[in-house]
Amino acid sequence: MCVTCGCGGENDGEHVHADGTRHTHSHRHALSVPGRDAQTIRLETQVLGKNQLVADRNRRVLAQRQILALNLVSSPGAGKTSLLERTLTDLKPEISIGVIEGDQATSNDAERIRATGVPAVQINTGTGCHLEADMLERAIAALNPPEGSLLMIENVGNLVCPALFDLGEAAKVVILSATEGEDKPRKYPHMFAAASVMLLTKVDLLPYLRFDAEQAVANALSVNPGLTVFRVSAHTGAGLREWYGWLRQSQQRCASALAS
Amino acid sequence: MHELSITRSVVAIVSERAAGRRVTRLRLEIGSLAAVMPDAIRYCFDVCARDTTLAGAELQIDEIPGRAVCNDCGLEMRLNALTGRCPTCGEPNLRLIAGRELNIKEMETAPCA
Repeated sequence: MCVTCGCGGENDGEHVHADGTRHTHSHRHALSVPGRDAQTIRLETQVLGKNQLVADRNRRVLAQRQILALNLVSSPGAGKTSLLERTLTDLKPEISIGVIEGDQATSNDAERIRATGVPAVQINTGTGCHLEADMLERAIAALNPPEGSLLMIENVGNLVCPALFDLGEAAKVVILSATEGEDKPRKYPHMFAAASVMLLTKVDLLPYLRFDAEQAVANALSVNPGLTVFRVSAHTGAGLREWYGWLRQSQQRCASALAS
Repeated sequence: MHELSITRSVVAIVSERAAGRRVTRLRLEIGSLAAVMPDAIRYCFDVCARDTTLAGAELQIDEIPGRAVCNDCGLEMRLNALTGRCPTCGEPNLRLIAGRELNIKEMETAPCA
């Protein structure tokens, strides 16, 4: 619109107004002044685009250093830290491992991990209910994990939010414990759909519970048919051999992917 | 409540693009299978926009229904959950084609005073 006389003409010369009035004056004044009109600006931006950008960068850095990074997710209390302590204790003689711990507050988990002799960095998310890619980027810089190592990232205990935020990990490992409901995979499908591996933990308690392990696994596979499932107990060691086998194989694949 | 950090990102992205101009309207697109609740975004928006150039802006959210294609028979269907079965052939082999959007579509900025 012409900002001087209000007509709608774009060219010099004749133009017609909305009410039918025909103008024939030569039109030399400005049609708009930048910033003076209300403007609609198309943005077409992905809200999580920035997180994705940093996650992709983390993934490249980890791949270059042949580091296998796993993002461990579960409800609070499923036993992520206990399983991690056991895994670290058993595997540290053969594999170099580092841990990044995510919690809203305290450094209790990082201290538990360090007690096993494995280096750990604690991230406190404060009000945040999940880790984001830039937090991982800073934690990797602080931990400085060696080439060819295994990096375990223990996310904030939460089955909803961490599903949305890619960190740059090679895979998400979801942990479901036998003391939860077997319908959890169906209640929280986003997380089970985003994971590559499910660890069904605390299986040593199955004789004392009414938890139907077959049904829990069937529910998880109905959400994600490609899920690899291991049934384990950090307490008795049941099923850990298979889980460790998967870890070794994945780490070797990670190292040879760069070599080839 | 990841909606809080998502809303913070929205406000940060839009503030940057607005470059000091006052934003009067903002349009987002959220898929019904994106695991993001529009009502929670609205709730967080007023708080996150306070003391920014987005304060008082009208927030419009277009909700995009989930749609999938059956990989077996090719049928296109509406999908209300992340998983499901094809109503024609009964197979769970579905490919999501819409419903996971989480985009900022456009903003309207006020004329200068």
